[in-house]
Amino acid sequence: MRLSTNYMGLELKNPLVPSASPLTEKLDKIKILEENGASAVVLFSLFEEQIEQEDSSIEHFMDYGTDSYAESLSFFPKAHEYVSGPQDYLENLRKIKEGVDIPIIASLNGATPGGWMQYAKKIQEAGADGLELNIHYLPVDFNETSADVEKRYTDIVSWVKSNVDIPVAVKIGSRFSSLPAMAKALEGVGADALVMFNRFYHPDIDLEKLETKRQIHLSHSRDIRLPMRWISILRGNVKLNFAASGGVHSAKDVLKLIMSGADVTMLTSALMAYGPELIKTIEADLITWMDENEYQSISQMKGSMSLIHSPKPQTLVRDNYMRTLLDFQANNKF
Amino acid sequence: MTRKMVTIDGNDAAAYIAHKTNEICAIYPITPSSNMGELADAFSAQGRKNIWGTIPTVEEMQSEGGAAGAVHGALQTGALTTTFTASQGLLLMIPNMYKIAGELTSTVFHVSARSLAAQALSIFGDHSDVMATRATGWGMLAANSVQEVMDCALIAQSATLQTRVPFIHFFDGFRTSHEVMKIEQLDDDDIRGMIDDEWVIAHRNRGMNPNHPVLRGTAQNPDVYFQGRETVNPYYEAAPELVQRTMDRFAKIAGRKYNLFDYVGAEDAERVIIIMGSGAETVEETVTQMIADGEKVGMVKIRLFRPFSIKHFISALPASVKKIAVMDRTKEPGGAGEPMYQDVLTAFAEAKTEDYYQFDDMPTIVGGRYGLSSKEFTPGMIKGVYDNLNNEKPKNHFTIGINDDVSFTSLDYDANYRTSKGKVFRGLFYGLGSDGTVGANKNSIKIIGEGTENFAQGYFVYDSKKSGSTTTSHLRFGKDEIKSTYLIDQANFIACHQYELLEQFDILDKAEEGATFLLNSHLNKDEVWGGLSRKYQKQIIDKKLKFYVIDAVTVARETGMGMRINTIMQTCFFAISGILPKDESIAKIKEAIFKTYGKKGDAVVEKNYTAVDQSVSNLFEVNVPDTMTGSDALRLIVPEAAPEFVQKVTAEIIAGRGDDLPVSAMPNDGTWPTATTQWEKRNIALEVPVWEPDICIQCNKCAMVCPHAAIRPKIAGEDAFKDSPETVKHVNAKGKEWETGSQYILQVAVEDCTGCNLCVEICPARDKSNLSRKAINMADQRPLREAERANWDFFMELPEVDRAAPKHTTVKGSQLLQPLFEFSGACVGCGETPYVKLTSQLFGDRMIIANATGCSSIYGGNLPTTPWATNKEGRGPTWNNSLFEDNAEFGLGYRLTIDKHLEHAKELMILLKDDIGNELVTSIANASQANEPEIFEQRMRVKQMTDIVEKLDSPLGRQLLSVADNLVKKSVWIMGGDGWAYDIGYGGLDHVLASGKNVNILVLDTEVYSNTGGQKSKSTPLGAVAKFAAAGKPSGKKDLGMMAMSYKNVYVASVAMGSNDAQTVRAFMEAEAYEGPSLIIAYSQCIAHGIDMAKGMDQQKLAVESAYWTLYRYNPMLAIEGKNPLTLDSKPPKRHVKEYAMNETRFTILSRIDPKLSEKYIEASDVAAKEKYDYYAKLAAISYDEA
Repeated sequence: MRLSTNYMGLELKNPLVPSASPLTEKLDKIKILEENGASAVVLFSLFEEQIEQEDSSIEHFMDYGTDSYAESLSFFPKAHEYVSGPQDYLENLRKIKEGVDIPIIASLNGATPGGWMQYAKKIQEAGADGLELNIHYLPVDFNETSADVEKRYTDIVSWVKSNVDIPVAVKIGSRFSSLPAMAKALEGVGADALVMFNRFYHPDIDLEKLETKRQIHLSHSRDIRLPMRWISILRGNVKLNFAASGGVHSAKDVLKLIMSGADVTMLTSALMAYGPELIKTIEADLITWMDENEYQSISQMKGSMSLIHSPKPQTLVRDNYMRTLLDFQANNKF
Repeated sequence: MTRKMVTIDGNDAAAYIAHKTNEICAIYPITPSSNMGELADAFSAQGRKNIWGTIPTVEEMQSEGGAAGAVHGALQTGALTTTFTASQGLLLMIPNMYKIAGELTSTVFHVSARSLAAQALSIFGDHSDVMATRATGWGMLAANSVQEVMDCALIAQSATLQTRVPFIHFFDGFRTSHEVMKIEQLDDDDIRGMIDDEWVIAHRNRGMNPNHPVLRGTAQNPDVYFQGRETVNPYYEAAPELVQRTMDRFAKIAGRKYNLFDYVGAEDAERVIIIMGSGAETVEETVTQMIADGEKVGMVKIRLFRPFSIKHFISALPASVKKIAVMDRTKEPGGAGEPMYQDVLTAFAEAKTEDYYQFDDMPTIVGGRYGLSSKEFTPGMIKGVYDNLNNEKPKNHFTIGINDDVSFTSLDYDANYRTSKGKVFRGLFYGLGSDGTVGANKNSIKIIGEGTENFAQGYFVYDSKKSGSTTTSHLRFGKDEIKSTYLIDQANFIACHQYELLEQFDILDKAEEGATFLLNSHLNKDEVWGGLSRKYQKQIIDKKLKFYVIDAVTVARETGMGMRINTIMQTCFFAISGILPKDESIAKIKEAIFKTYGKKGDAVVEKNYTAVDQSVSNLFEVNVPDTMTGSDALRLIVPEAAPEFVQKVTAEIIAGRGDDLPVSAMPNDGTWPTATTQWEKRNIALEVPVWEPDICIQCNKCAMVCPHAAIRPKIAGEDAFKDSPETVKHVNAKGKEWETGSQYILQVAVEDCTGCNLCVEICPARDKSNLSRKAINMADQRPLREAERANWDFFMELPEVDRAAPKHTTVKGSQLLQPLFEFSGACVGCGETPYVKLTSQLFGDRMIIANATGCSSIYGGNLPTTPWATNKEGRGPTWNNSLFEDNAEFGLGYRLTIDKHLEHAKELMILLKDDIGNELVTSIANASQANEPEIFEQRMRVKQMTDIVEKLDSPLGRQLLSVADNLVKKSVWIMGGDGWAYDIGYGGLDHVLASGKNVNILVLDTEVYSNTGGQKSKSTPLGAVAKFAAAGKPSGKKDLGMMAMSYKNVYVASVAMGSNDAQTVRAFMEAEAYEGPSLIIAYSQCIAHGIDMAKGMDQQKLAVESAYWTLYRYNPMLAIEGKNPLTLDSKPPKRHVKEYAMNETRFTILSRIDPKLSEKYIEASDVAAKEKYDYYAKLAAISYDEA
């Protein structure tokens, strides 16, 4: 039985890839993931804001108040060269590459074309096997059209692709007027894969303090339906690879996503909830299911239920929607 | 052999040699020597080794006394040991210095010589401190320039090992210690060439060792002590010659020749100046000019002042000398003359019969004082000294550089006398402390000094305030060595980095004809001329200045540099000054940017590069018209309403004309009027708070946290607002205690506000329809300035709230009391001053304050204006700063006087009871003064009594009148920072706590030495990075409160206003009410924490919520009542310490240097915090019930 899969040219022994999270921050934790069967790991993200601002902010506070008053011309010792966040990221990446055998996909998170993109090159130099470009963008400018937004994505990917040789996956959100067109455009500027989807952590309101509050909710299995749907639509129509992200908690989730057309499935919430051993369990369950259902390999089932394999794709999409609502109406007891 | 050229300051030069030639440095920070210790620590942290291949140990001690003790011990056990100090610090070392010399121990102390505190403290340079040690038996070697510091530091080190005489190697504080100069750096081979290993081994072998035990430090009796003292004479006799030989050896190695006494001048000189220190450089420059002008003058630089070799001194002088002026940079009131003058006289008197005496007649010798506290010493003044010698009877015991209209000691001089400047670039740069002007200029000096053949010199003048401070940079570059150790008074380049400064100073008064003027202006090249006042237009036209303009603020904003205009202005300077070819200079600036930011990320580097490129394309030359269009608005420095002293003296200092004030203008005993900050309107805030009465809930939290007392509430009757200015806002007062119709007003002093934002951050009231709008919001200051100035005046005229009306124990009530501490020069967002201000509100009219040296003594007492204020009755805090180390004892002294005089007043009243009336005497003597109304009544009774006694006009009555004030309760406050309370003053503080006397001690705990720039104290927490704890402090903070509680009879409170302001107010009230010693430890955020100061109060909250800081009150009165004296005011911790610490650079920086260690420290801090909380909780829960 072959669980192996190819993702952006990376030969992975199974489709189970822990995505960027606190679990993929340090070598010791990544080692545990590797021991439990992870086929690759997406490193925790380096953010545009960290690159653009954090250095200047440390610099700012180290410098603040200096050379102003004759008795206190500085406030911090000169002894050490400190390591900036981004530098630390690269150093950490190097260490992780040395410490594990599985491919390491670094993650760069940003939304505005700018200096931070330079880090794609540095990430490659530090030894990453691939790069996940997480473009997380929430438009609030009323003059920015959907075309402008899309261009923002293609500009970033285009620049990065022309500056690195390692494969680049683009992690996007699901809200585009036309996701297929967007996928095609990203393919056009050289993206190797799409990671679907980014989750938007919408803030809540704290009624006591009257301020917004940040919260992270872990995903559920039911969340896989969104990537499942869209991967199945895109699969086969573009030459991109697909990583399904959001809601992968069990072997069944993995199977459904692979059949829809995913090359790999990304895990975070489930690992946070059940620990790294879950990878082993999912892998064993995959084998059992494939065994019971006489599947030889993952590649055999990849995209087997994607839209291109449906006789009338367009009709099916509307038909499914309509039937879902009609069924709901029929079963409604109120 | 070519050596490396470096551009460094004097402290750096001394620290370089000291670190190379020692094994141990035991240090303690004090301005202006702190940097030497810091650099030594930094060198060791970087792994730099001394010439014997080991990294020197640097140990920060608790005081200079402690440092000297540690040095003595290290020397006695055979280590090569040094220290760095100045001023009072050196004085604290004197006891050990006698010991070290008495034991013939080799060491060098590097001293950046500084004034001693006499009528006032001064951080600036003169020789008062080193002169105070001249009896200790130490060698004293003076260096006059940065190069000489490096050279003489080594000569001293070599000499001490040979002579066994310990040495003070000194140079002038600030003028040399902080002057950046291009100099030749000695390398390890040079240093090795000066120190023979056998001397070092001999030094070690003299160390104490149980394998060959000896005993030192015996007690000797009249029979032998005297003889013992005389044993050292041969060493002192041999020393001068050995030092000269060392100097000769140095000359062979490094090529620079020094002598014990260096004569410079005409061979046939008749008039000679004898001088020591940086002033000698300018004398040399002047002598050169005067000789060129045909005058027969010369000078002697004294290098080795102790042991003073008469023979070498006399031999150094040409036989032609007829008149001598000895210039001392110190003052010895009551002496026969200053020290050098006396030595020179002694030398002539003694040498007269010696064969080397080459004079026909004894020259006329006069002594003079100059340059105290870094007072300028210019060629004009020096010419004045030579001119004095032309008189048949030259004035003796003169002063130069001031106008002494009291004792008439001062010499007249021609202030316009100048030496020829040759082709020296002389640039003046006016900027703000916050805009990075100084940093950029230091960088330019490096670029020019290290990248060209030019010699380079930079000297920087700072403001006396810590917020909104201005800086002036003085830069000289030239092909010849620069000897000018005085400020630039004729500039060929002037840059004004802040448009606002045009109003504050006369930026162009030092511009010479044809100079270049660079202005950062929001007006473009076509508009800028129209915006200039007539004063500037006239100078630009008359002096034919080349005028350039750039809108650096816009360039900075557009290139993502924020407010940092320094790189932009630096680029413009290079682009137009022509010191380097433009492209080369830009390449060098970029190189420097890469050096500074390269490791910190491409984005930062790129941003800076873009700013550099944009600077050049946005720099324009202004077409200067022939005619003036501007007008000169007459700007009063202080308002007409200011008192006469403020008009005549303070205003002159504010205007930068303090140098011109005569001696008669100065108070003769250091006594200055209080309440003067109100007259200095600084207008430093770009944005100020604006009040929205409709939203305000009148909680007064904004006033409570304001560090500068610039936002104040009042409540007054409706009638009071009848004639209010148009824009004054007021609203019905909330609260039953106010009469119906009473109006609440919250007024901002926009000209005094520093724009820190703390008030807006703390404001809890928000617009229900727009939650981002609070009851106070920041807005641009400029458009508000005129109207709000009138509103503030109106507000101040409104009657103060009757002190009996508001509840003093509440935040709201306390803030309705008039602050008698206002508009200090403390930093923007200072965490200390809100507490200081609170004490003044609660107890100000009867407060007497002892203030330890540190931030609080600087913002509390630094001229020109001081913040301690008075109420309308003229009462207010009276304040003094004794020293750093003795503050608790100093304050205890106040208490002793008050208690003694109270007792004596009662005794006298009894003696006069027939006249005063028995009843009044009894009621005064037995009055309870537990609260303000009772104190008020007592004041009335005492007034009644003194009215009677005054009429008696009797000797006893006069005695009683002189002590009667003490019958009214006074409030003694002892204030200072953690450097004082935890370290240098701890012994005294402990003793005062143990005394049981009624004093209130306020520790403004910033957990670091803030005033001297962030050195660790014993209050510094585990894992925080501070100077001398570059890798994070490995030990935790001392629990000062717990130590004080162990006495049982001490009131102790730990407060953090931002977490629980009500608890803070309660603690202050209780502490003051307690009739014994009280200690309040107040969490105070500080820029040394590396935080956004606007969030200071939020940090306090997080500190308490994580149990990093515990709030409690320990009141011994409760124990007397049979209750548990400890009240824990903190709630159980609900956060990890990390949530607090990771907002502060002092902690986060370690996570960048050593993430694992940082994590370990933060975890350990969290555990310790929770344990401490549990411990306090358990103590507070103990039942004190008898049952």
